Amino acid sequence: MAKTNKTKVQLDIPKEKLLHMHKLMCDIRNFDNKVNQMVKRGQVPGMTHFSVGEEAANVGAIAAISEGDLITSNHRGHGQTIAMEIDLNEMMAEIMGKATGTCKGKGGSMHIADLDKGNLGANGIVGGGMGMAIGAALTQQMKKTGKIVMCCFGDGACNEGTFHETLNMASVWKLPVIFYSINNFYGISTPISEVINIDYNYQRACAYGIPGHFIEDGNDLLAVYNKFVELVDYVREGNGPVLVEALTYRWYGHSTSDPGKYRTKKEVDEWKKKDPIVKFRNYLLENKLATEEELDEINRKSMEVVEGSVKFAMESPEPTLESAFEDIFAP
Amino acid sequence: MNITKDKSPASAKSPAVDSGATKLMSVRDAIIMAMSEEMRRDENVFLMGEDVGIFGGDFGTSVGMLEEFGKERIRDTPISENAISGCAIGAAMTGLRPIVDVAFMDFIVYMMDNIVNQAAKTRYMFGGKGQVPTVFRCAAGSGVGSAAQHSQSLEAWFTHIPGIKVVAPGTPADVKGLLKTAIRDNNTVIFLEYKAQYNMRGEVPVDPEFTIPLGKADIKREGKDVTVVTYGRMLERVIQAADEVKEANGVSVEVVDLRTLMPLDKEAILTSVKKTGKVLLVNDAHKTGGFIGEVAAMIAESEAFDFLDGRILRLAGEDVPVPYNATLEAAMIPTVERIKKYILKLVDKR
Ligand SMILES: Cc1ncc(C[n+]2csc(CCOP(=O)(O)OP(=O)(O)O)c2C)c(N)n1
Ligand SMILES: [Mg+2]
Repeated sequence: MAKTNKTKVQLDIPKEKLLHMHKLMCDIRNFDNKVNQMVKRGQVPGMTHFSVGEEAANVGAIAAISEGDLITSNHRGHGQTIAMEIDLNEMMAEIMGKATGTCKGKGGSMHIADLDKGNLGANGIVGGGMGMAIGAALTQQMKKTGKIVMCCFGDGACNEGTFHETLNMASVWKLPVIFYSINNFYGISTPISEVINIDYNYQRACAYGIPGHFIEDGNDLLAVYNKFVELVDYVREGNGPVLVEALTYRWYGHSTSDPGKYRTKKEVDEWKKKDPIVKFRNYLLENKLATEEELDEINRKSMEVVEGSVKFAMESPEPTLESAFEDIFAP
Repeated sequence: MNITKDKSPASAKSPAVDSGATKLMSVRDAIIMAMSEEMRRDENVFLMGEDVGIFGGDFGTSVGMLEEFGKERIRDTPISENAISGCAIGAAMTGLRPIVDVAFMDFIVYMMDNIVNQAAKTRYMFGGKGQVPTVFRCAAGSGVGSAAQHSQSLEAWFTHIPGIKVVAPGTPADVKGLLKTAIRDNNTVIFLEYKAQYNMRGEVPVDPEFTIPLGKADIKREGKDVTVVTYGRMLERVIQAADEVKEANGVSVEVVDLRTLMPLDKEAILTSVKKTGKVLLVNDAHKTGGFIGEVAAMIAESEAFDFLDGRILRLAGEDVPVPYNATLEAAMIPTVERIKKYILKLVDKR
């Protein structure tokens, strides 16, 4: 279970970066809360999965990689996508299926990618990004770019065959990949403890001859960030891949339709008390790294940007029928 | 069914390409030549697959390449088809141009998610961003006694999926020209080779810039009485059958070699059908749900239908798993004798 003890003060991270990480967590929270609200109002045409509750696990990891590094993501990709600083207007428009969306309204929430920024995309197939991640890493290795790939997936995805094949191949080829399992304890309704016979998936790393790392409190932004700084260095130095797992929790249902019968309100409420944003906020305030006004202002601005994205999306045109017949093949 | 054991001709006549100097070589050597030329031309091209290195590939289609290009670019992999295909796609999305030696086409079944759900749809789902330039080279078909799990021609699975190109050449020259184009193409290409035809020989242009565009059928024989549409392994038999019925029965057969199934050269098919008014479709894959069924439907829906003065006939592999016994195996796909019989059946209807 996640720890709630205090994070010790860390002075080596510039204030600007701390506040930026805070902002990104606020963006994820505000964006997904907004989408959730719109889903309830029937304003979202399709399926979405929310990252609320998992903000620190996403932002802490992605804050440790550099420009030019790549990620692959999964169906629950909003957190990583926002942490990779996608244009929120386009992302919201995509979720609403508009022509101005990231994918011109043809991909939706599960296929948002941002290739220019190194995001190789969310993925509707559980485990679908793993092969892509090792291939992207092979490109970095063969072209000697010095860049690395972060492959993000859930706890449930570790039971896909592709997990075994890609970890093994990445290991024997010493590919620069961080395999990152975000363990939110469930795959839809199935508790991970019922579908693996070990305690945690990171323990599988030894089967591939690679290091396995564990972030017990994935809601502690700095714990996640510090671990990833270490792993990014290790992988960038050419030591081959690592497998890392962080514990966190999704506050909402699996996707837009989930009656939530498999977990108790008490369990959800307990986790809400371990709110990653509140935790980081308290850390910043207690250590006088930021003032309440500063943090409130960041959140206010974030909400404004999200509101702006809704306005942008609402006012955007629907895609033309012809556009459905475009982009099938590359020229 | 008439079970006749077929002795296929050793070599189909080479196509009417005029690209300067040619050399007599096998399909296998044409493949090695095509890949090697492309790897010399573009450092982003590389080959990966099981035992492609020192072993030279299950069918010898990369013999000698390790020596020239080294282990990085002639990349042996673990026996992990899922990881191989996924890795190829990720590498392709980020700037490399992988060629995957799938070996027996049957193994592509383990790659289906990556090809069908990822490679085929990535660009579309991303709203026209990104591309997946990769070639999956597959040894298809029966004919070497490898039984049901090593003898399939699965092209129809892929023509069914928007976003994938499918190529199935039937002569050494076409293999070279089309493989090179497939490697240069910015999309995912399923490239069928026929394990029974790796030793088939023909004249092949040696020019490293010799390429054949995808999506262009080739009229391998011009004729006026009957159109036979085919591709891949069956081309050799169709040509032999066409030549024999001309000789023995004076029937003039037009042989339309599709070469590429996706994109499909509909124009070439329809033009020929309109000209002859009779059409036979031949492939070695199972009949039910096979690609020639699609061609039949396309003809039936088109204005060429009005020019037909007979039924559209199909001659395809039987709807059975490929048996091991050599006589049974051979009887499960169209033979020259049966192709001739069908051609004559169409002509008699006149
Ligand atoms: C190959 C495949 N199988 C099943 C599904 C249906 N599915 C979508 S998400 C999901 C649960 C995934 O759990 P996990 O990897 O833990 O991610 P989480 O949703 O918890 O973030 C399942 C089973 C799918 N999309 N793809
Ligand atoms: Mg999960």
